[in-house]
Amino acid sequence: MGLEEKLPSGFLLTTVEQAAGWVRKSSVFPATFGLACCAIEMMTTGAGRYDLARFGMEVFRGSPRQADLMIVAGRVSQKMAPVLRQVYDQMPNPKWVISMGVCASSGGMFNNYAIVQGVDHVVPVDIYLPGCPPRPEMLMDAILKLHQKIQSSKLGVNAEEAAREAEEAALKALPTIEMKGLLR
Amino acid sequence: MSTSHASPRETTEGTVYTVTGGDWDEVVESAARTDDERIVVNMGPQHPSTHGVLRLILEIDGETVTEARCGIGYLHTGIEKNLEYRTWTQGTTFVTRMDYLTPFFNETAYCLAVEKLLGIEDQVPDRASIIRVLLMELNRLSSHLVCIATGGMELGATTIMIYGFRDRELILDIYELITGLRMNHAYIRPGGLAQDLPPGAVDQIREFVKKMRKNLPEYDKLATGNPIFKARMQDVGYLDLAGCMALGATGPILRSTGLPHDLRKAQPYCGYETYDFDIPTADTCDSYGRFLIRLEEMRQSLRIVEQCLDRLQPGPVMVEDKKIAWPAQLALGPDGLGNSLDHIKQIMGTSMEALIHHFKLVTEGFRVPPGQAYTAVESPKGELGVHVVSDGGTRPYRVHFRDPSFTNLQAMAAMCEGGQVADVIVAVASIDPVMGGVDR
Amino acid sequence: MSDANGKGAPGSEGANPEKDLSAQNLPGQRGQGGEEVRVQRGMFGANNGGDTSGYGGLVRSVRLPGPAARPYGGWFDEVADELEGALEEQDLLPANAIEKTVVDRGELTFHIEREHLVRVAKTLRDDPALRFELCTGVSGVHYPNDKGRELHAVYHLRSITHNRVIRLEVSAPDSDPHIPSLFEVYPTNDWHERETYDFFGIVFDGHPALTRIMMPDDWQGFPQRKDYPLGGIPVEYKGAQIPAPDQRRSYS
Repeated sequence: MGLEEKLPSGFLLTTVEQAAGWVRKSSVFPATFGLACCAIEMMTTGAGRYDLARFGMEVFRGSPRQADLMIVAGRVSQKMAPVLRQVYDQMPNPKWVISMGVCASSGGMFNNYAIVQGVDHVVPVDIYLPGCPPRPEMLMDAILKLHQKIQSSKLGVNAEEAAREAEEAALKALPTIEMKGLLR
Repeated sequence: MSTSHASPRETTEGTVYTVTGGDWDEVVESAARTDDERIVVNMGPQHPSTHGVLRLILEIDGETVTEARCGIGYLHTGIEKNLEYRTWTQGTTFVTRMDYLTPFFNETAYCLAVEKLLGIEDQVPDRASIIRVLLMELNRLSSHLVCIATGGMELGATTIMIYGFRDRELILDIYELITGLRMNHAYIRPGGLAQDLPPGAVDQIREFVKKMRKNLPEYDKLATGNPIFKARMQDVGYLDLAGCMALGATGPILRSTGLPHDLRKAQPYCGYETYDFDIPTADTCDSYGRFLIRLEEMRQSLRIVEQCLDRLQPGPVMVEDKKIAWPAQLALGPDGLGNSLDHIKQIMGTSMEALIHHFKLVTEGFRVPPGQAYTAVESPKGELGVHVVSDGGTRPYRVHFRDPSFTNLQAMAAMCEGGQVADVIVAVASIDPVMGGVDR
Repeated sequence: MSDANGKGAPGSEGANPEKDLSAQNLPGQRGQGGEEVRVQRGMFGANNGGDTSGYGGLVRSVRLPGPAARPYGGWFDEVADELEGALEEQDLLPANAIEKTVVDRGELTFHIEREHLVRVAKTLRDDPALRFELCTGVSGVHYPNDKGRELHAVYHLRSITHNRVIRLEVSAPDSDPHIPSLFEVYPTNDWHERETYDFFGIVFDGHPALTRIMMPDDWQGFPQRKDYPLGGIPVEYKGAQIPAPDQRRSYS
């Protein structure tokens, strides 16, 4: 019914990178990292109407050691930050992080003493998802975008090359405050 | 030598037994002799069976919990401090995010306190009060649904979780229609509401009530008589009336002891005294009683919702006083924000003073006479109290929320100690703490 | 210690000529005679010279509602009589324990001297005519301008028997932030007092384990005091920066 029946000769050529990316993206196991309001929307996404099972991701793992995606859903307080980092460190590689909601992405409206102003101060973030809280559809969109990213991720020397390029680009990038133009 | 294994060796890590064959029972027996079974288990702050970022520190002896403590503060957001740097109206945006499962209760409690400080309780239009009650009761339904859903999930009953979230979605659709948001609405404002009900809302709510009356018995079928459910919940998380009073526990926990204390009846607000509803109680003092109370409260909420719908009369939804009232009747502007085209036409085109007034009201806000006030509403979790202090300025001087989750969670130790580890989960689920409310 | 402070407060009020002048020059204000929470200068609260309205020299002291005179109205008199009577039975002069009674916005507030707080609370809980069984916790308020009584702890007591709510207010100076714990009378105050200690640094004497509850254990300072900054960071946008909320211009 799938790809295999369409193949005229019964086999298909691809790169190891592509095959690995395809396998990885098709079985992402999220860790439960529900913190605040966004966690409720994350649970909603897993429940009946939005049904994350369609993307093979409905099983939220309680143990970080069995998970490879951390959806940081909600505001991260100064007290929670070390715990968050520890959970991240316990996850096996390769691992990805979605920062769900403005509070996790940038501190959001809680610009104060208690909240870490963006979870990227603590862990590297792959997808920033705006919204307060983001709708389940937005979370699913973020997850699909992450799937694309995982699919096209590099391996071995290519990964090192990509990391170097990304770092160079980041060093060259214009700071936000020096940017001109419309706020978008 | 009868022992078939080497004698125990003391190391820095504790006693080490080297087994070299022989009878396993003997090994176990000699290990048991050391009698250091007492271990401290740390559940959370990230754990699938805890409500958010709650940390439980359990001292267990075998399967028995000998001591239980809570570690909280992992979601402390500093909302009370943030409120002091925003105007009184902007405050609703913050308080709605405290206990994110009961946003309308937070907003109403806060707005009632501000209205008390302003002395305009009597001027809030009827329609605004009715819509507040309507939304609060819908909110009670959605909060209890999440409680039952996640509580079921924590017992291992995933089906009930799917059911709960299915019905909650129907309520969120109504919220979205009325306020534009699924959560965190900031819809109730000091003096009234942000805007009136949109067209079609009443019909959709009626439709929902009909559907919900059909769906509610499913929970009974699924859970109420379920022997596993009963075995897990009955006589678990016991807290009697004296314990509730001492620990300040309110809401379903207090009503499960048989005391029909409900602020909607005791100290009515928003016109609750005119509605016809019952206060369900149980006399079992346990988790199962609280579950039954929540189910029954949902039925009562549906009754109140219907009465609200019958009472709705056209009218204003904001106080008359233009010094307080934000322009109500906002419509969705082309920029995606709330705009009122009529209002803009008036302030921009006809009246310079109205423009100045609007500018000052929005940027600066209104002043609230100095003093303090305490208002309390019956949230799904218990008494939600708000203590506000004004220094006569345009910003709150101090806002403190007495969140029921925070107070009720203190009862966790009293409910769990002496029980089994598995019962801790049931007891905490029956408290229904929401960490956003606990930590604020 | 607290007596000296208690006496110091009215004395220092009289020693402030600026405030007296403002009080003379102004018509009666709401809540005359209560604690001064702040001095407002000018008309619009702009404190960086932006007030061009001509009212820039206006000085006005903002006061909380002052003590009320009998009768208080409603059931307030009954509660006050019962409380005073019960305290007298315990050989405690009500005037020594109850600093003042404020009736405002339909709420009854007893300002209690801190050394008598536990006794008053116990009386309120146990006296059959009072029966305030349920304490809804403590809320701290920091009044830096109220010299000698900067830190206030506010308790709301609910009587389910008689369906009433009253408020107790206790103050302590910043230099000696001690208030006796109500944990023995109302165990529910366990976490509430820890929270108030965490945010305001009020030390509740007699609390079994007064440690931080919300903030990390090694946190410095008491974040919800007025002198503690909000702690926000400036937010950068394209080509622009917006300061943290507490650094912005305010009109209060």
